[in-house]
Amino acid sequence: MDTLFNSELKIINIGLEGFAETLKERGTEVMHVRWQPPAMGNDDLLSLLDKLK
Amino acid sequence: MSKIDQANQEAVKKMMMSRPVWVDIGKASEVIPGMKDNLFLHAGPPITWDRMSGPLKGAIIGGLIYEGKAKDTAGANKIAESGEIEFSPCHHYNAVGPMAGVITPSQQVFIIEDMEMGGYTYSNMNEGYGKVLRYGAYDDEVINRLKWLDEVYAAVLKEAVHLAGGIDMKSIIAQALHMGDDAHNRNRATTSLFIRTIAPFIVETEWGKKTDYNAPRLDLSNVSEYFKNNKASAAAEVLAFMHSNDLTSLNAIMAACKSMALAAHGVEHSTVVTTMARNGTDFGIRVSSTGDKWFTAPANVPDGLFFSGFKSSDANRDIGDSVITETVGVGGFAMAAAPAIVNFIGGSPADAFDATNEMYEITVTENNNFNIPAMDFKGTPTGIDVRKVVEKNIVPRINTGIAHKEPGIGQVGAGIVKPPMEMFIDALKELAK
Repeated sequence: MDTLFNSELKIINIGLEGFAETLKERGTEVMHVRWQPPAMGNDDLLSLLDKLK
Repeated sequence: MSKIDQANQEAVKKMMMSRPVWVDIGKASEVIPGMKDNLFLHAGPPITWDRMSGPLKGAIIGGLIYEGKAKDTAGANKIAESGEIEFSPCHHYNAVGPMAGVITPSQQVFIIEDMEMGGYTYSNMNEGYGKVLRYGAYDDEVINRLKWLDEVYAAVLKEAVHLAGGIDMKSIIAQALHMGDDAHNRNRATTSLFIRTIAPFIVETEWGKKTDYNAPRLDLSNVSEYFKNNKASAAAEVLAFMHSNDLTSLNAIMAACKSMALAAHGVEHSTVVTTMARNGTDFGIRVSSTGDKWFTAPANVPDGLFFSGFKSSDANRDIGDSVITETVGVGGFAMAAAPAIVNFIGGSPADAFDATNEMYEITVTENNNFNIPAMDFKGTPTGIDVRKVVEKNIVPRINTGIAHKEPGIGQVGAGIVKPPMEMFIDALKELAK
């Protein structure tokens, strides 16, 4: 862990953009990946999507 | 490939094969099949008078005055409430209209013929900016301009397009995307190309040579002092008006896009959206394989830049058929081609690229007619797949004008708006039955 935090961090943030924004504000380089659970995580919608593959 | 994926490929192939050509202009009641004296068409999905928004009511009132069925607001309201007039979506008659989209029986309409897939689509004349019927304004200035548009402007254009032998609208859209337009909210290039193409024929028309005629005149002194005192020919006045209005080409472009969307409709098993439209109260979509069924939800209020003196609380809910452009892969889907549009709707040029990139997530293919030079000539994202919209939780990106919520006022700004997700979920449920 010491090695990790004592070296330059290369960060990929997935999902909630707020975490990436906080790191950016602190001057840390971060790449944000937009991601969210398929069909908003709704099981009913996921089963409909399964039927329509 | 699944049968749905195959069907979607077929739908977008038909959409891109469509070849809409502006061939004529005619009176709505005479050229739109099914149009009749007591029928008023409007934008968006079906709606009754009591649920209509301010700008749509304003346009209906103006339409009744224009048609001579009412003398004033009170009389028009009475007729509209009585049930004497039938209201129906433009889309039910293969027509489209920007904002309120009201097409009345006497109005002159563009006639677009699909030279590849067959069939005709229609739209009315664009009135320009400011106080106009499509934004719900209906004072004497608005009514007088409508009369000039129908009796002079349309007459000249009709003769001109006959001389031209038709104008290829798809070619104009494709070129305009290379000149900084999105073909929805930014139309400077489409309109310039439109004028450049038809102008030689306008000056050749017999109607256009007239300087003294018994029809309404339009005050064009705002374009140039030269047009004072009605000394110019009708052709010069028509060209000056076209030049004064960047939206001159929009209605014909929309009818051309309707032609493309229509070509993709009716493909069994397809989950591609073939209609998106708003009436100022509801947003509605239709899907290729679900026939004429509308899936609707309350329309959202656009967010954007407002003209001086107006604010976001003045804005009406989203309204208009112009989202037919996004339905076929231009407009907000081609924003990367039109970074200057952010001056009009807000945001930064990078936002324009983000918008286009995001739309690839929810579409079937890259368009083989429309492409974006700054993205290595990548085809625009085309053919919205209901399944992808729900799975990715990404709704189509739409650029739009903003109407005042009260009738009689007009446009107050322009911006962006999100369609409601509920109607895509309802469509998904129907498709899964």
